[in-house]
Amino acid sequence: MGAGHGHRLHYHGHSAVHRAPAHLKILALVGFMLVVVATPREWYPVFGGYLLVLLGVIAVSRVPFGYLAKRMVIEVPFLVFAALMPFVATGPRVEVLGVALSEAGLVAAWGLAAKGTLGVLASLTLAATTESADVLIGLQRLRMPALIVQIMGFMIRYLDVVTADLGRMITAMRSRGVDPRSPRHWPALARTLGALFVRSYERGERVHLAMLSRGYDGTLK
Amino acid sequence: MSVPVLDVRGLAYAYPDGHQALFGVDLHVRAGERVALLGPNGAGKTTLVLHLNGILQAGAGSVEVSGLPVAKPNLKEIRRRVGIVFQDPDDQLFMGSVRADVAFGPANLGISGAELEARVMTALEQVGMAEYADRPPHHLSFGQRRRVAVATVLAMQPEILVLDEPSSNLDPASRRELADILRSLDVTVLMVTHDLPYALELCPRSVVLSDGHVVADGPTYDMLTDAELMRAHRLELPVGFRPESIGSLPP
Repeated sequence: MGAGHGHRLHYHGHSAVHRAPAHLKILALVGFMLVVVATPREWYPVFGGYLLVLLGVIAVSRVPFGYLAKRMVIEVPFLVFAALMPFVATGPRVEVLGVALSEAGLVAAWGLAAKGTLGVLASLTLAATTESADVLIGLQRLRMPALIVQIMGFMIRYLDVVTADLGRMITAMRSRGVDPRSPRHWPALARTLGALFVRSYERGERVHLAMLSRGYDGTLK
Repeated sequence: MSVPVLDVRGLAYAYPDGHQALFGVDLHVRAGERVALLGPNGAGKTTLVLHLNGILQAGAGSVEVSGLPVAKPNLKEIRRRVGIVFQDPDDQLFMGSVRADVAFGPANLGISGAELEARVMTALEQVGMAEYADRPPHHLSFGQRRRVAVATVLAMQPEILVLDEPSSNLDPASRRELADILRSLDVTVLMVTHDLPYALELCPRSVVLSDGHVVADGPTYDMLTDAELMRAHRLELPVGFRPESIGSLPP
């Protein structure tokens, strides 16, 4: 403890991408995403172009690709869904490796996978090159309502605290012979989550009291 | 005699669910004193603390801080005068950086610019955390977070510093460092604790709260060596700890 910097998605560095103002990066991300989503999915080569642009930015940022690839695991549920689509969608069928698949389903799956992957990769690049506090400052500069920025700030601040709380509760459960993965113990897990909610709620109240004690009157100065 | 920094008279309070926590508490703390508020769990210590800056409103009786009654119209000034350091630093430190957290209180008092910056750095230097100003608080060790929590309150230049269980969860080295810091501060301190050796080390005077009543008020050494008082109010010294080996602090 005491030496760590940044959040778990952040990759420490000093590249041009790291140094760029956060609000420009947020605008670039949102703009990029809108263009990607608006592109008809049959324009296959264009997606290759998007990927090249993104890889170029990653190369400039000097964040190792493996670092981002590991964190892209979050996308897996969407990919599974995409992979199901050719089997369940209706319409004309095509033979792929001896299996009859829906043509429309294949195109939809491609669209979902390509756009999703580009989106996740672009977001991770922003996260890897920008400290969370800077993202908040960027959002503030983009005129995001102050209340929402405050709420997001609190969320980031207390995410680690609540995760650590949950970790300790699960360790305590395991120590008493509960396996949180086994469905037989899901009721216990559910009660743990309930207790975590109550604890977090009470912590929220205590934080509020501590803020009031330092003269808080509803606006962050 | 001068006006006490803290003047609590006949304070009684019952929670909305009917549980009465305080029954006519009297407590006076004079400028420059360091007083320990001792008592077992559930004695009403935290309830009393929450009255000192108007988080809870007295059911009966009164609380005055340097002559100013704790009441709605004075709350802002009261909260400047009374600085409370809560038990869990994670409740107190909620901003993205140590600097922003320490600036939070004085900024609420309307201080800004160079003066705000000076207050922040002075407070951080008082607790030896100036070099950590730009770190996020959740990446500090527990002892460091406790010290920053003290700084967040010092930056408001309070007349009385109220500490709720300051030594809890600290390792012995952090505990000693915090004691050194508290001794070095030129500020009136009310320390709520059941860490009796810590009270003896830091506070010449103690007040014992038990079941919502003040049952004793006097030199800490006399309290800790009064076996009957200690037994009657669930106060116990750690095994092997003998107050005689330390003796009484000069008042």
